[in-house]
Amino acid sequence: MATNPAEKARHHAGREVAVIGIGQTAFGERWEASFRDLVTEAGLKAIQDANIQGEDIDAVYVGSMSTALTIGQEHVAPLVIDHAGLADFHMPATRVEGSGASGSIAFRQGVLAVRSGDADIVVVGGVEKMTDSSDAETARIVGSSMDQEWESFVGATDTAIHAMMARAHMDELGTTLDMLAQVAVKNHDHGLKNPYAQFKRPITREQVHAAPMVADPLTRLHCAPLSDGASTVVLCPLEAAESFTKKPVKVAGTGQGSDTLALHARHSLTTMAAARAAAERAYAQAGWGPDSVDVAELHDAYTVNELIALEDLGFFPRGGAGPATLEGETALGGRIPINPSGGLKARGHAVGATGLAQIAEIVSQLRNEAEGRQVKDARRGVCHNTGGTGATAVVTALEVL
Amino acid sequence: MGVPRFWREQPHRYRLEGTRCTNCDRVYFPPRWVCPVCRRESVGKMERHKMDGTGTVVASTVVHDPAPGFEDQVPYAVAIIELDEGCRLTTQVSDVADPHDVVPGMRVKSAFRRIQSDGASGVIYYGTKFVPLVEQGSTPS
Amino acid sequence: MIAPPDRENGAPSPFGAPPRHEGHPPHLRPVGIVSYGFYVPRYRIRTETIAQVWGHDGPQTAANLNVRQKSVPGPDEDVATISVEATRQAIDRVGFDPRRVGAIYVGSESHPYAVKPTGTILAAAIGAGPELTAADFEFACKAGTAAMQTAMGLVRSSMVDTALVVAADTSQGAPRNALEYSASAGGAAFLIGSEDIIASLNHTVSFTTDTPDFWRREGQKYPSHGERFTGRPAFFRHVKACAERMMAAMESTPDDYQHAVFHQPNGKFPVNIAKQLGFTMDQIQTGLLAPKIGNTYSAAAPLGLAAVLDIAAPGDRVFVTGYGSGAGSDAFDITVTDAIVDYRKKKSRTVEEHLAKTVDLDYSTYAKYRGKIILGD
Ligand SMILES: [Zn+2]
Repeated sequence: MATNPAEKARHHAGREVAVIGIGQTAFGERWEASFRDLVTEAGLKAIQDANIQGEDIDAVYVGSMSTALTIGQEHVAPLVIDHAGLADFHMPATRVEGSGASGSIAFRQGVLAVRSGDADIVVVGGVEKMTDSSDAETARIVGSSMDQEWESFVGATDTAIHAMMARAHMDELGTTLDMLAQVAVKNHDHGLKNPYAQFKRPITREQVHAAPMVADPLTRLHCAPLSDGASTVVLCPLEAAESFTKKPVKVAGTGQGSDTLALHARHSLTTMAAARAAAERAYAQAGWGPDSVDVAELHDAYTVNELIALEDLGFFPRGGAGPATLEGETALGGRIPINPSGGLKARGHAVGATGLAQIAEIVSQLRNEAEGRQVKDARRGVCHNTGGTGATAVVTALEVL
Repeated sequence: MGVPRFWREQPHRYRLEGTRCTNCDRVYFPPRWVCPVCRRESVGKMERHKMDGTGTVVASTVVHDPAPGFEDQVPYAVAIIELDEGCRLTTQVSDVADPHDVVPGMRVKSAFRRIQSDGASGVIYYGTKFVPLVEQGSTPS
Repeated sequence: MIAPPDRENGAPSPFGAPPRHEGHPPHLRPVGIVSYGFYVPRYRIRTETIAQVWGHDGPQTAANLNVRQKSVPGPDEDVATISVEATRQAIDRVGFDPRRVGAIYVGSESHPYAVKPTGTILAAAIGAGPELTAADFEFACKAGTAAMQTAMGLVRSSMVDTALVVAADTSQGAPRNALEYSASAGGAAFLIGSEDIIASLNHTVSFTTDTPDFWRREGQKYPSHGERFTGRPAFFRHVKACAERMMAAMESTPDDYQHAVFHQPNGKFPVNIAKQLGFTMDQIQTGLLAPKIGNTYSAAAPLGLAAVLDIAAPGDRVFVTGYGSGAGSDAFDITVTDAIVDYRKKKSRTVEEHLAKTVDLDYSTYAKYRGKIILGD
């Protein structure tokens, strides 16, 4: 038995899996839409995109972080089936939770179900309804992904933890505030071209620096918003994919990793070991690595996270992500376009939906359907989705054949 | 936060009681009851161990947008401290004229403080914050 | 002249005789201070800063009260946290095993809970107990000295090995009220035992009447007071009567003491009463802290005693008289022992050093820290 995680991950014996449908809602402050409305809207779009019928669906997975706190509702998987009009099929419906990575974990469960042969057609939805809560409730919800007993209890906020990562990244690796700010500037530029994005306005580095301070050195414009939204994908065995769509996208690899819940217990403040492990596993399954990637969606909950992810996923050496960002290498038209959707920063961060919105964006790119923000000749893409302050990470490798 | 949940953590929150793996002599705060180095070898060999309460700031920030219940303290310094025993924890650093003075390398010691409370009528949650090891402040002439 | 309700001539003193006459009775142990600690929050607000807000004459107010500034607790400090910090100094300095503490009494008029003891929080924080007795005392500004008397009794009678006494307050004066200039925060802790004594508690007497000079009703945030009534019939009458009874019992005069500490609701009253009793400024100077930190209520005389213990020589005699509204006065006759020399080799901060590090507050920050600003829901 292989003990190296990458070695173990490479030899999955299951069937190859493809994405055959995607659907998403606009992200943002969706005052008019309920949790049920959002998840149904995205789900129906994906089902139509995949040309499937309700009776085709073998299983449903739903990723959502905090429904008990956001809408006072647990047990949301059957609710989703119910409101999509599918209750009479009685298919297995499962909700999974992994903080901000809930959507990608749900996706991974769907992939595993198809790989194993247990299911042929799987629908995976991600959803979060953030704006039914007050600011204080929202702060508690976000804080609940950190270590409640030893971080949140003492008054540390999610932003405070990431601010310490940002400062450490600056101290250890020479990253500057301009480099961090450029992540937000670039992602806002990208968001302009995404019809689903929450923010469609350009910003400048000066505006990022001058915005109200949240936790030193992160101002409000370093932080992704907390959004309402939903996103859904449909999976099936790769061998059957062409009977549903002309442009199937292969799930080349899926890797997941974990780490200590609290930042203070980790070996480094400037890299996420969970993400490195997830990437290693995903690349090993795909049989290709960062050098072959044409486009990526990275979890930029805060600007520093994009720089850390760029280094963790092997796109740049440690300390190289900041300067490259400043040089435009990660912008559309650059060497490796990152977050063409606008990322969490500009598309919005509808927590449980984010991972699936990333998948939907990369699928659009690989299908050559990302109008206005299309990365030329994109064939391979990855998504990187993390939970909490990096205790959970999922990396998904996608490709067109 | 519920009262029992706070109450059972009192030894750790009030007097920095962590744990020590008697198999490898490593100490842990916040407490762990399985040593991540020795793992199954440590089962049944973890003992309570009181930390000295001195340490060094390894990372810091100043919170301007507070966690609920901490509004009166804004802006406040949050830091990761490495205790002299070698383990790390997240804490507030109090008693500084300017929270921006809290920077990596700063020596700190533990102090018993009010951390938060369940509103005006609920239980007060006490615990440990850290303050500069060398007393800070101006000395009036 | 006010006639004090004195005992009839010839009635025996309820306090018994001081032990010096016949040495320690065999059934009683000697009792004294084994170690002490103190804590005063570092924040200060100047008298002139408060006066400016209310249109008062700052320099004149400061001069009248002899209070230049007062200490202010931070938003994360209260009587429990101050008690713990003061106690930790006392315990750490002599490496005292907290499990030897048999009684914990915390005297305060600003306990964080109306119901639920401060003493149990303190015990848990220092690792004392659970085999101990604990209770909170309240008697305005003399809750701490009353607690000290109780501890003396338990130790002398061998009921407990060592008692921990803490006097601490984070008192509030209503905005604009005269009390706002003085009501401050601080605490002092004393380990009371019968071995390794650095200062012998020779004798204590009290003088107590029902005098409503200052009070706070249940549920009220700020106290009320009888204005000028708090002076002559309250503070002066009780402190003077108590001090005189102590000197009568000890057959002593002010000249027999190197140091004297009086309760200090401001910087003026203790100077005034010292003069009336025949003490000099030299004798009270060390323990007179009110000009620098205001009225720390229960902690006022105990903090003054701590400052004296920082510098007193072996054999020095210390005269301490506390006062609490309502009203009563507790006096202590104390002799510093030879053990103070070795005790002082165990380095620890002094009151003077501790009070030197300060952070000045403006009125608005002070008002926020003290919860004086009305917040919406
Ligand atoms: Zn071990």
